[in-house]
Amino acid sequence: MKIQFTVALAALIFFCTYSCKEETFYQGHSIYDSICANCHMEDGSGLKGIIPPLANSDYLKNNQLEVACIIRYGMEGDVVVNGKTYNQPMAGITYVTDTEIANIINYINNAWGNDYGMVDFKNLRIKLKECAAEEERIRLEERAERIRKMNQ
Amino acid sequence: MKYLLGVFLVTFFFACDNTPDAPVKGLVIAKKDVLPILGNRDIAENGDTIYPTIPDFAFINQNGDTVTNADFEGKAYVADFFFIHCPTICPKVTQQMLRVNDKFADDDNLMLLAHTVDPKRDDVAALKSYADKLDAKTPKWHFVTGDKDELHGIADDYFSVAIENPDAPGGFDHSGRLILVDKNRHVRAFANGTDPDEVTQFIEDIKVLLAEK
Ligand code: HEC
Repeated sequence: MKIQFTVALAALIFFCTYSCKEETFYQGHSIYDSICANCHMEDGSGLKGIIPPLANSDYLKNNQLEVACIIRYGMEGDVVVNGKTYNQPMAGITYVTDTEIANIINYINNAWGNDYGMVDFKNLRIKLKECAAEEERIRLEERAERIRKMNQ
Repeated sequence: MKYLLGVFLVTFFFACDNTPDAPVKGLVIAKKDVLPILGNRDIAENGDTIYPTIPDFAFINQNGDTVTNADFEGKAYVADFFFIHCPTICPKVTQQMLRVNDKFADDDNLMLLAHTVDPKRDDVAALKSYADKLDAKTPKWHFVTGDKDELHGIADDYFSVAIENPDAPGGFDHSGRLILVDKNRHVRAFANGTDPDEVTQFIEDIKVLLAEK
């Protein structure tokens, strides 16, 4: 009876993890599909010449912490992904929390055959703080510039 | 006890089957012989039926050339409404336009006409760079800009919506439809450009139209 029970329990745990495998990135997946997929597509393939891919993207793989800031503050100017240059502004997604950003990154890191591991949450938060300070600095500089122009 | 565990196992096995990408409806592609003419029809005094038609238009394309109905003379075309700074559905819709473009690349009887709803930002130069990145070529695929009211107004005739709305993402409300127009300026079919399955059916509809004499 005891052995039977153990075997059954093991099977239960196995089935549970197996059938829930897709659920590991549940929040990241659902936010991705509702926001990012509009541009990067549900399969992460992007849009020819205009929106870079996230599936098999060397940029995503090599810029894990920067991607957190791209999600929150957007991105503009040239970006090279897999040897191809893209240049089309991406607006920041201002209403996602630090945790949600981590969940999105973990989802895209492991979707569509990507195997980029998990993002380090502590470092991600530090990076987001740095980017917030940088954005604030740029904002103040632009404001000062506007005032200077107005007074001329 | 054993039974209870069995029940548990079965429950757990199915419990999590609610992944967002779980397969949805299986799409049956309906084969049509003739496409209907869409919209409300009128009867003229002499008894003839009057079908809604796309009115005269004149817009400017990505090369800075004027594009009018005359450029679509004798051809069918697929129209849509988009804007480059669109933070929502446009890239998905453009992806489907690209699909139609590639599918009928060798058939001169089908053209594409993408209207911006944001002519202030989407001028000729912006449209040119957008079209070039997509590898979209005239005369197959025109991206047009022009007078904002004319662009928004003609959306109605294509059973589409294009309205400026500061509260909407990116500043515009607009529908992501692909609209099929025949050589007599009648709308014959449309599809939701964010739904690739609908566009698969739409591509079949285009083939039916092109087979018409
Ligand atoms: C409105 C369209 C749009 C949306 C929505 C959008 N992106 Fe982007 N994304 C872009 C564009 C365009 C670029 C290229 C930016 C450039 O050229 O500088 C880009 C670049 C990127 C990059 C870097 C390049 C690469 O492909 O690796 C990442 C990572 C990224 N986006 C992730 C996301 C994630 C995650 C989301 C959702 C939270 C998202 N994007 C939402 C349009 C979008």
